[in-house]
Amino acid sequence: MNALIISAVLGVVMMFSSFLLNKRSTVRNIAIGGLLILLIINILEMNGVEFFNVNTRDMIAFDRFALLFNTIAIFSTLLYVLLSAKDMAKVGVYFADYLALIFFILCGVMLVSSFKSLLILFLGIEIISIPLYILTGSDKRNLKSNEAALKYFLLGTFSTGLMLMGIALIYGAQGSFYSVGISNIAGETPSALLIAGMLLLFFSMSFKVSAAPFHFWTPDVYDGAPTVFTSFMATIVKAAVFIAFIRLFDDAFGLLHLRWKLLVAIITALTLFVGNITAVFQQSVKRMLAYSSIAQAGFMMLSLYAMNAEAKEGLMLYVAAYSLATIGIFAVLIKMSDYTFDGFNGFAKHQPLLAATTTVFLLSLAGIPLTAGFLSKFYMLKAALGTGKHLWLVIVAVLMAAVSVYYYFRVIQAMYFKEGEKQPMEVSKSFKWTLVLLAALIILLGIFPNLLLSWLYF
Amino acid sequence: MPINYYIFLSIALFAIGIVGVLTRRNAIIIFMCIELMLNAVNLLLVAFSKMHHMKALATDAATTVGTDGQLFVFFIMVVAAAEVTVGLAIIVMMYRNIHSVDVNFLNRLKH
Repeated sequence: MNALIISAVLGVVMMFSSFLLNKRSTVRNIAIGGLLILLIINILEMNGVEFFNVNTRDMIAFDRFALLFNTIAIFSTLLYVLLSAKDMAKVGVYFADYLALIFFILCGVMLVSSFKSLLILFLGIEIISIPLYILTGSDKRNLKSNEAALKYFLLGTFSTGLMLMGIALIYGAQGSFYSVGISNIAGETPSALLIAGMLLLFFSMSFKVSAAPFHFWTPDVYDGAPTVFTSFMATIVKAAVFIAFIRLFDDAFGLLHLRWKLLVAIITALTLFVGNITAVFQQSVKRMLAYSSIAQAGFMMLSLYAMNAEAKEGLMLYVAAYSLATIGIFAVLIKMSDYTFDGFNGFAKHQPLLAATTTVFLLSLAGIPLTAGFLSKFYMLKAALGTGKHLWLVIVAVLMAAVSVYYYFRVIQAMYFKEGEKQPMEVSKSFKWTLVLLAALIILLGIFPNLLLSWLYF
Repeated sequence: MPINYYIFLSIALFAIGIVGVLTRRNAIIIFMCIELMLNAVNLLLVAFSKMHHMKALATDAATTVGTDGQLFVFFIMVVAAAEVTVGLAIIVMMYRNIHSVDVNFLNRLKH
């Protein structure tokens, strides 16, 4: 609750600073300070210090799972702002407003990670989505950005409509919006209304996390949006919606798992397949990363399929590993003038440090041992194996992980083994050191995952 | 009236909305169809709310069961209004650049 309220206040502060403060560096420092405060009070709350006591009528529950995820989300946002604030200012003149929107999105992230009532889920998803529509279209003169914003907006509201219909049908069947009330089917066979509502919710959530066959908007939107905001969308937001997804299906529909397990397995396999295979054929690194985010979503879907203690631990680790690595890659990509694979030719010669850190990020995404990406994939597969059914799903996942190595290594190959001309690039010292910190964190988590996971239990 | 009538009416409105979204090419009409979908949900929620309330009234005269459904409707209205502001802004932004609100324009990114 601490971070939720302070984050909303900080959003308003940023809005005011957009016309009260002229210097961008001051605005940036306020945002970074604010995120640090958020991080600290959220960690305090994990240790039992609560500043605000609001009666939410059990609609929100900040349990350890939610708090740990919030910490990860705030920390990733902090690193994201540290790395990309300067590039954010280049998108348009409303620098402080973009940061304000990011704080509001963080509010939504904290709501969806801790909801106990479908009302909060709906509000959280909308609080995340509406600022994102604005951020997607923030490059107002750019037709691609316009197109991405309109597409995202129309499809996003459409899927919200599906979600609301699902919620209404569930309410009709169970007479409650609470996860507890919904899961209360007391041994009787669930009514057709409940099943229909659950399916609609499932489809709309798959839409939001871009699982195949509902992924078609993702590459276009991620490609068209300004690259700084793509980075935020593809990492923190996507992770948050996944947390909401798993919470929803664990709390509310856990007892119905026999009815949706096969559907989830099929959608997972399809997502893995479509994401990885299409990513192979991309020429632009930005678009490749969009498809790779679909592919990674497929891996995260495995936790939804398995739904045991290991799956939850694994999802936490996956979210951290994926967010850190993707933020890092996007931060480097923003600095490039050419987004194709050829743009990375000879990168290692001209920017050895950046190339080395990018390699670590790519290795982590591909799931090479000693990086966090490897362990998180390992946890996911182990959790899926633990269910003892649908072994083919694990086989598909392993095969697709092997495919993913191809397109991630294409970038590494371009950086190290091809000759290319030096591109003009302004890289500050602090940028470099933040990237090194990111890479170090990824390797650290890859060796000692318990540094993160032990927070789930104490 | 039996609840089924409300369910069928809502589903029909919702289906009209979906068909509109899928077939129309004008961004504003698509947007109106999405609003129609949301309003179908509102109607359904109010109907279910009343249904649960009447059911609970039979045993307890001072019950508040079922009021949460109507509360939800207010939230949907507020969120829909917020969506309208952002959505229309996006459509206006697009109109300024290409002087059209036809969604057939949305094919530049497919290559």
